Amino acid sequence: MSSHTTHTDPVILEMRSITKEFPGVKALAEVSLRVKAGEIHAICGENGAGKSTLMKVLSGVYPYGSYDGDIVYQTEVQQFKDIRASEHAGIVIIHQELALIPELSIMENIFLGNEPTKRGVINWAEARQRSTELLARVGLREDPDTPIKEIGVGKQQLVEIAKALNKSVKILILDEPTAALNESDSQHLLDLMLGLKGKGITSIIISHKLNEIEQIADSITIIRDGKAIETLDVKADGVDEDRIIKGMVGRALESRFPDHTPKIGEVFFEVKDWSVGHPAIQDRLVCKGSNFFVRRGEIVGFAGLMGAGRTELARSVFGRSYGRFINGHIYKDGKEVVLKNVRQAIDAGLGYVTEDRKSLGLNLLDDIKATTVSANLKKISRNSVVDTAKEFAVAEQYRKALRTKAPSVEEGVAKLSGGNQQKVVLAKWMFTDPDLLILDEPTRGIDVGAKYEIYGIIQQLANQGKGVVVISSELPELLGLSDRIYTIFEGAITGVLNKEEASQESLMKLMTSARKAA
Amino acid sequence: MNALKKLFGGNTRQFGMIFALVALIIFFQFTTEGRTLTPGNVINLFNGNSYILILAIGMVLVIIAGHIDLSVGSVAAFVGVTVALAIRDWGIPWYAGVLLGLLLGALIGAWQGLWTAYVGIPAFIVTLAGMLLFRGFNQFVGKSNTIPVPNDFQYLGSGYLPEVGPSTGYNNLTLLIGLAAVTFVIFSEIRRRRTAKVLGAEVAETWVVVLKLVLVCAAILYATYLFATGRPGTSFPIPGLILAVLVLIYGFVSSKTVVGRHIYAVGGNRHAAELSGVQSKKVNFLVMMNMSILAGLAGMIFVGRSTASGPFDGVGWELDAIAAVFIGGAAVTGGVGTVIGSIIGGLVMAVLNNGLQLLGVGADLTQIIKGLVLLIAVAFDVYNKSQGKRSIIGLMMQNFNRPTGGPGTTLQPDETTSTKETIAREA
Repeated sequence: MSSHTTHTDPVILEMRSITKEFPGVKALAEVSLRVKAGEIHAICGENGAGKSTLMKVLSGVYPYGSYDGDIVYQTEVQQFKDIRASEHAGIVIIHQELALIPELSIMENIFLGNEPTKRGVINWAEARQRSTELLARVGLREDPDTPIKEIGVGKQQLVEIAKALNKSVKILILDEPTAALNESDSQHLLDLMLGLKGKGITSIIISHKLNEIEQIADSITIIRDGKAIETLDVKADGVDEDRIIKGMVGRALESRFPDHTPKIGEVFFEVKDWSVGHPAIQDRLVCKGSNFFVRRGEIVGFAGLMGAGRTELARSVFGRSYGRFINGHIYKDGKEVVLKNVRQAIDAGLGYVTEDRKSLGLNLLDDIKATTVSANLKKISRNSVVDTAKEFAVAEQYRKALRTKAPSVEEGVAKLSGGNQQKVVLAKWMFTDPDLLILDEPTRGIDVGAKYEIYGIIQQLANQGKGVVVISSELPELLGLSDRIYTIFEGAITGVLNKEEASQESLMKLMTSARKAA
Repeated sequence: MNALKKLFGGNTRQFGMIFALVALIIFFQFTTEGRTLTPGNVINLFNGNSYILILAIGMVLVIIAGHIDLSVGSVAAFVGVTVALAIRDWGIPWYAGVLLGLLLGALIGAWQGLWTAYVGIPAFIVTLAGMLLFRGFNQFVGKSNTIPVPNDFQYLGSGYLPEVGPSTGYNNLTLLIGLAAVTFVIFSEIRRRRTAKVLGAEVAETWVVVLKLVLVCAAILYATYLFATGRPGTSFPIPGLILAVLVLIYGFVSSKTVVGRHIYAVGGNRHAAELSGVQSKKVNFLVMMNMSILAGLAGMIFVGRSTASGPFDGVGWELDAIAAVFIGGAAVTGGVGTVIGSIIGGLVMAVLNNGLQLLGVGADLTQIIKGLVLLIAVAFDVYNKSQGKRSIIGLMMQNFNRPTGGPGTTLQPDETTSTKETIAREA
């Protein structure tokens, strides 16, 4: 690798008019990308813009034939049929979720699937020597025999890179490499990337942290709604954070929201000094002394990048269903309430629509009617015997009110589309008649028509005097829906903006840095 | 062709198994030259399998909740020997013995529930330990001896309904129970249909319902006839009566009560259940405790039937009970299964055992056949999950199924495909 030339800047990789369709959704539309040899190329875009899909096409996760367009790598058209094929060619992707096995040692992980052997037996002496060299290259001072679970995420990230270097990597793809890292680990990683660049390794980085991109990237390609919008040369174009944001969010806002005149009342729900620890990692906080309040009839947005701690905050407030509670107070209608479990939270008038419908929100074995009543069985039972006639009637009522499209309420929820599943989940929480409903990514994986209807339902709930909290990664959604928006960065609330003062740019700034803490 | 498909194209293991059960009975009836459906043999079949079926009731709840219980045989044996000793040495009456046994079962269940639900050790491990522990206790307490139980306790395992009323040539109580069952079936079907119509829910065509009622009632009446015409002194057996009562209670609890809903919810998706306010630990605890209580009961019935408690009572019962549950349509991953299905699964195994025995097939071949049946039954279900069609038998089985799940709700299309449908629908 070290003999590779770096200064002539030939194009090492070109993706030409890549189009990738999932049934019903065009994830990528004619995206082109040119990466020069030896540069650090950043790909920016909002969640769901298509960045990860593009990288999955490149690395063979989506094999040749499942997309349109060409991948030209080292002047040849490539037809990767799986990850092994792309790795063989020298393209290695490191995913946000690290692919390391916690029980195995650093050395074993580095050589996993690539073990040096001598007549079929693993040559551990060679493995040890090479892993020591590799660890030195990535600047990780750890015994190769240390189990992965005993080192922090930052060091694990370095092990991943060492693993990639062992595969003679030419293009290293990093998907949100610093999302889970603290500042000094992040800096170390960024320095390492610059060091690798000096050794002639090309990197592609996907990151939400724009300051980091500004710091290390040579060029930036911006993707929005599955299309490549522009490619910027950082030095020549004098790119800064604001310039990137403008490219990322520059879409024209159509009328994607029903008309709504808020009727906002007094503050009725308030959370103070809310601190929560990570469920598994000692000393790590997922919520850092957060304060927020909700008024009656108000739709409050929570903006933050993935992993910023939005869901953690919501779930810990909702009956401490996430993390270790450390301290904090919840006041409802002026009185302090202590919600130690979900049951108490529901009884106190809270509802929480989960971010991940399939793994957390629904029992996919159930049908619509059983799901609709599942959070409030008490209301349709007498002496703890469920009145199935009432159940049916209630489910039918909500099916009609929310216009859920299903042949009957006896249809299994697994058979419904995402939008209709979400309506059933909403029905379930509306049936508990909550005063405060928290919606976590309420329109994820839902197409535009159904989104509009769900926005309508949310506004309707607010009109009934309920407080609604909406957590979303889609800024246009928050701006279109919310009366007030809090921003979260690394577990702390960094600001709050009223509808009038909020814009994508102002939110993005508060979401990406702790410096402007309010 | 279509009608045939509609009639035979099953989509869950459960009514496939009803079919298999009927077919098996007919098959053995022919091959044994009528020795299968004789009063004596049917009574014998119930007596000899009631304890496994009782275990299957508890086991299906455990499996629905996503666990397993390997300790039931040992628990049954331990409870059996303790009760036998208490009656012999302390001279307590039989009913006090039964109460003691149930209480001991509850205690054991609480122990296992504690480890499973609150400490968070997988039930497989907890009950594997329990299997060793309580087998050891059984042999320690009973000093590996056989301990006889008195006659009135034996009634529990080998008694029959008494003769009362005028001499009709039949056992009157058995006839009454049969008639009551028929009335109940017809009445509940009519009521269910009426409410469904009021609500505007989908109802099966009339002829389907009538056919179903005729078949079910005919089966019940024929069974009644068999039980009522046995050799003098025999009639509907007491273990069968206990079993019937338990099936009614647990069938009702699992399908109609809040607790039942919670068991299915925890097994179907524990996280979703917890985030809907279900206290999953409590549910898991209850399910494990219930299992051991039923195991205790099964142990006492067995002791009653075999007139004494021994050191090797209940060996291998857990596997029979688990097999019955899986043949009866439960899913290894939890969330799916019915009480009645498990009973049918258990009966399939029992009829198979009994028929092969009557034919003089050896124990070796019997085990091979039973193993294959279990495998094929589950394979059949796995295959059918990809079909998702509803058949007549499916409709007929509707009210035996849990009202929620229903047959064929195990399909899980992926998000992206359904998005397309939404677009099409919403366009």
